Amino acid sequence: MPVNETLATYSDWLYRSALGVYLFAILFYAVEQAFARAPRKAAVNAEALVGAGAPVPGILTDEPKSELSRAERIGRMGAALTVLGALLHLGSLVMRGLSAGRAPWGNMYEYMSLLCLAAVVTWIVLMAKFPIRRLGAFVLTPILILLFLGGTVLYAESAPVQPALRSYWLVIHVSVISISSGVLLIPGVTSILYLLKDSKSDRFPKLPSADVLDRMSYRTTVLAFPLFTAGIICGAIWAEAAWGRFWGWDPKETVAFVSWVVYAAYLHARATAGWRGRGAAWINVAGFALNVFNLFFINLVTTGLHSYAGL
Amino acid sequence: MIAFLRNTWRGLTSMRTALTLLFLLALAAMPGALLPQLSLNAAKVDEYIAQHGWWGDLLLKLGFFEVYATPWFAAIYLLLFVSLIGCLLPRTWEYFKQMRAKPVLTPRNLARMPHHAQLVLDVTPEEAVTKAKKALRGWRMDAGDDTVSAERGYLRETGNLVFHFALLGLLVSFALGKMFSYEGQIIVQANGGQFCNGGVFNYDSFRPGLRVDGTDLTPFCVEIGKFSAEYLDNGQPVGYQADIRYQSGDDLASNTWRPYNLQVNHPLRTDGDRVYLLGHGYTPTFTVTFPNGEKRTQGIQWLPSDQLTLASEGATKFDPPGITDSEQRRKNQIAVTGLLAPTPLLHGNILNSKYPALNNPMVAVDVYRGDLGVDDGRGQSIFSIDMKMVEQGRLQKVARKNLALGEEIALDDGTKVRFDSVNDWVSLQVSHDPTQEYVLLFAVLIILGLGVSLTVKRRRVWVRATPRDDGRTLVEVGGLARTDQAGYGEEFTRLARAVLNEEKS
Repeated sequence: MPVNETLATYSDWLYRSALGVYLFAILFYAVEQAFARAPRKAAVNAEALVGAGAPVPGILTDEPKSELSRAERIGRMGAALTVLGALLHLGSLVMRGLSAGRAPWGNMYEYMSLLCLAAVVTWIVLMAKFPIRRLGAFVLTPILILLFLGGTVLYAESAPVQPALRSYWLVIHVSVISISSGVLLIPGVTSILYLLKDSKSDRFPKLPSADVLDRMSYRTTVLAFPLFTAGIICGAIWAEAAWGRFWGWDPKETVAFVSWVVYAAYLHARATAGWRGRGAAWINVAGFALNVFNLFFINLVTTGLHSYAGL
Repeated sequence: MIAFLRNTWRGLTSMRTALTLLFLLALAAMPGALLPQLSLNAAKVDEYIAQHGWWGDLLLKLGFFEVYATPWFAAIYLLLFVSLIGCLLPRTWEYFKQMRAKPVLTPRNLARMPHHAQLVLDVTPEEAVTKAKKALRGWRMDAGDDTVSAERGYLRETGNLVFHFALLGLLVSFALGKMFSYEGQIIVQANGGQFCNGGVFNYDSFRPGLRVDGTDLTPFCVEIGKFSAEYLDNGQPVGYQADIRYQSGDDLASNTWRPYNLQVNHPLRTDGDRVYLLGHGYTPTFTVTFPNGEKRTQGIQWLPSDQLTLASEGATKFDPPGITDSEQRRKNQIAVTGLLAPTPLLHGNILNSKYPALNNPMVAVDVYRGDLGVDDGRGQSIFSIDMKMVEQGRLQKVARKNLALGEEIALDDGTKVRFDSVNDWVSLQVSHDPTQEYVLLFAVLIILGLGVSLTVKRRRVWVRATPRDDGRTLVEVGGLARTDQAGYGEEFTRLARAVLNEEKS
């Protein structure tokens, strides 16, 4: 099958522009984080009212309208740039797929690109739900690093894939795993922030409350965990058709199993006295670290059936 | 004694222990990804042990090269298993009790609830309760004259139990599968080669489950027809396929063959067994014309030494015909060894391959004559000759030449070796696992249970209407999410708003 070189080139251009736009978004978020005031106590109280007994429910949603400060305006621009970057990023993936005539997640570069897109989209959704826009710099920085590594070290030319990958399970298994890993990047970062915030000294007054960070981590993990489970199971179904067994302790399978167990431990820890809070956050960070390890070490250093890096 | 047992049981089934066991399981599984494993690549294990001296030997003794078969790994997951059962039994009992129970009574002080709202309304307590009941439609409710208690989200626990029981089921089916499964590999020549699943000896390699002795394999036969492969210009394979015929079950008795197109990712599934196309290579055919004029033709698979160009190496071995004296026979055995290039690339006289498909293939062969050492009872590789025989001078290299199709070498004694043709071979894997359908079923239940238990929230709402001296009524709403509070706030606000208003319903 011939590769459409023009589309492949467009895809690369879009990828680079997305990276550039993300970089600017990070700068804008960083400006907001640096110059905006710490969250006002009033805002915290408004939240507490829900619990402590607001006399009239109507009050709960009436937010005091205030002038946007300059820092906040810059933060909003950062958010807008993030959306723009995500669109460019999506465009680059679509062009990749069109140029190679297959799902655009057939090698490590493309996998990484999809993973990061999933993380960025998750972040955009979270920004709409929680007042955490200014944390954008913390979240986008690891994403940008991954994208940069993907575009340089792991880059692979647009090309068809080998026979074992020619299956509709490539579309399902790899996308589900990649997207769920991308979503899991977010709680990894917010859990680290939680651990910073939840120390005795109030060293990080500008971070949102530990409670907000914990809830964000939990809700994104809870969304991604069933997805991750489904991805592993799809992989098992494909492995049965391609390699003759549904589970064979291939290094990639093993580490996926281990990180599944770690995320399961996270969910249990959050319901166990003595493990809530810091314990759970540490486990979530460990899960994220395992995912990164699985992505780089297992693909690039060990040899297994999952060695499709295209390098 | 009973107290000890009870405490052990309690300790084992507590959440804290389950967590510890989960960590241990994760930790214990990791060496399987970091160290080479016997089941995946035995050669690498040998290499690792050779490189690491006493450390490698120690790891070998402790089972680190077969992690998932070691007693310590089994101990962890069995303990986790017991812990899981111990946790599930009381929960299931509790679950059935709760399914029939009424929502709990309204607590005295609703203001202490995590979610709370109140308002003085111009309605009677009865009207307030009616309104609350209407707002809470779909909830499990227990209403009194001036109070309503409601609860919903029971599906969460259902999903949770389904998930955990499915996990148990999956582990049990997986373990049973390890008992009764087997898999084996064979190389079969294309264009007419056959394989029958009659016994272990038909396989080149065979890995039985713990309870499989190889005497009771499901009978079936496959015959490989035409094999074809498609490559990109750079030699990267795009697809393989083989037209095969097979017979199984009643077809064996009636000798009926059924056609099938075998491809990567599309195994043949027949009678509980699966046949996979794993790879392919080439079989050169040579004809040796002995000095007495007799001819012998042989083709045996050569092994690809370069996966990208399919340059292949091997040894095709001949016995001289018509010699009954074994002493004499062993002086005149012939082996044709060397390199097969499907698409030849010549640098002077050095042959290599530049492309995996057949385009005027060539071989670069060394012809050996003498004692191949095949009669001494030791097994030897079909892909090479025994180099000890060469070192001892009992097997001598008598010619070396590059041959195109149809070309031949003449040896000093008048023997001629001709390169006739090249055929394809395919490597097949046969797998048998009687429990994998159950594993799949439980896996699907796992996803369903997980999805339900993580999206549904168990939550409670209470409403109390208290008449006041001025004829108006104080209506209070309290809410509590039983598992996690995340996301309950919005729903509670909506409910509270529906309850706390004076519109007549």
